[in-house]
Amino acid sequence: MSLIATQSLTKTYPGGVTALADLTLSVEPGVIGLVGANGAGKSTMIKTLLGLLTPTSGQVRVLGLDPVTAGEEVRSRVGYMPEHDCLPPDMIAAEFVTHMARMSGLPRTVARERASEALRHVGLYEERYRQIGGYSTGMKQRVKLAQALVHDPNLLLLDEPTNGLDPAGRDAMLTLIHRIGTEFGISVVVCSHLLGEIERICDSLIAIEGGRLLRADRIEAMTTGTDVLAIEVAEGTAELLAALAARGLAPREEGRLLLVPLADEDTYDLILRTVAELDLPLHRLDQRRHRVAELFATAPRPSLEASHV
Amino acid sequence: MSEQSVIHDIGYQRYSGVRLSRGYAARSLFEHGLRVAFGLGRSAKAKIFPWIVIGLVTLLAVVIVAVKAQTGEMMLSYQAFPSAVSTVAMVFLAVVAPELVSRDLRNQTLPLYFSRPVGRADYALAKLSALAVAVFLLLAGPQTLVFLGSAFTAPDTSGVAAEARGLLGGWVVSAAYALIFSSLSVLIASVASRRAFAAGAIVVVFMVSSGVAGLLIALGGEGPMSRIAPLFSPFLLPEGLRSWLYGTSIDVGAYGPLYGLATLLLVAGCTGLLVLRYRKVSL
Repeated sequence: MSLIATQSLTKTYPGGVTALADLTLSVEPGVIGLVGANGAGKSTMIKTLLGLLTPTSGQVRVLGLDPVTAGEEVRSRVGYMPEHDCLPPDMIAAEFVTHMARMSGLPRTVARERASEALRHVGLYEERYRQIGGYSTGMKQRVKLAQALVHDPNLLLLDEPTNGLDPAGRDAMLTLIHRIGTEFGISVVVCSHLLGEIERICDSLIAIEGGRLLRADRIEAMTTGTDVLAIEVAEGTAELLAALAARGLAPREEGRLLLVPLADEDTYDLILRTVAELDLPLHRLDQRRHRVAELFATAPRPSLEASHV
Repeated sequence: MSEQSVIHDIGYQRYSGVRLSRGYAARSLFEHGLRVAFGLGRSAKAKIFPWIVIGLVTLLAVVIVAVKAQTGEMMLSYQAFPSAVSTVAMVFLAVVAPELVSRDLRNQTLPLYFSRPVGRADYALAKLSALAVAVFLLLAGPQTLVFLGSAFTAPDTSGVAAEARGLLGGWVVSAAYALIFSSLSVLIASVASRRAFAAGAIVVVFMVSSGVAGLLIALGGEGPMSRIAPLFSPFLLPEGLRSWLYGTSIDVGAYGPLYGLATLLLVAGCTGLLVLRYRKVSL
């Protein structure tokens, strides 16, 4: 059974704006990235999956259920983390998450236990007895995630979970989402306008643009498989480029970085030796996959930001 | 640290236990709303106001009991009690109704509710009932206190029975006040996301409509207008209803049933509009 399936899904708002146009896709359980620029229709998609919005035409199936007719059942098995701020500042986090657990039908004592558990899983321990108003943005994002997780849903819908977080916070949040998808065994749909950010944690990707589907596929099918090494040196980039080319490594320049195709383990040694011989200060040497963004090169450029901003 | 006190990370546990119905969620929301109304489970700051109001109405009840014990005279009947504290009750509503509904609008918490099994109408009705019950408790609590005080000082059982009948009548009037006041207040608060605006709007609606009604009553003199005009004041509508039911309040002439109908229409209308408001609310 596919996790989410849509058939010619179209949503037109009363103002005449078409947010989703003739969208047909089917995704398997796992961590799914939903990428697109701001206004591409990601939030509309999420709300349609929750049954909060009724499609203008077409069909939706979430966990095999139709959110339009079986909205209550879908919503009891799905957790939702909205993009915007949604927490009452004057409530204590543990109490708020307990309250939300009860709204999902968990009995009182179970709700309290699972609220503590959920907050612990997102990394809030003693802080959970403090008022949410005093939390940092990162902690608030964690509470938002905890309330989506508290009733043990089969599917989590996360709308821009890294919004407003600093780079370290983003990494922590993405790692947590990845853990939820792999260790907890809960399927996750994570929305982002930053493709480069979520491609690392996703099993499959759905890319939408102006409400239309660009591509939906498993991530392996999108990457070409050959990896590259990114090298950054403080100075002498040009020298290194020449030296590496002389050793037959086919380096190319990308901004301040040099990219070298990774043939085998020896490539590392060869690069390190070259850097050492030239006596250059090495800042960075890491492996990275082919950016999925490259696969969307046919799409209008500004639509998909692949940066880590 | 001893060996026994090692914390084990038992990892994530799936939940396979019972998931209760939508009705349970709505009841929980009602319960939560009732607690919020009295500032329970919230900061000390949130408790100050409701408990000042409770203190005032309780004080009045204690005074009534004390006077009755001393002189044997009931300075304020059970049925007249809600009217005597109606302004205080309105202020309570102006603070608590926005606390219950405007806050969720302001904090954008509604998507969290509506992405759960609890329905939009469930939400609206749970909030309304929480407020109505809170106001009822605010009015009926002191009435009950007066009853207990009077029952202990009553000379015989027939005196107690008479007090009980009086109390029941008082509860009916309190319930009418609770329904009229809270349905109107929640509806007003549900369209304002800022609590201060909501509170102001509630006071303005109550005061202005009463002012207009008062003017019409004065202009009407002895004519039918002075008997119909109280319909348009939230403070006088329940008094008109009381006159129709018990004949103990303002002069409504033969228009008594009209007050019953108006109460019904007002409460049903406000509730209907409230449900509609949440059906249309943008998330």
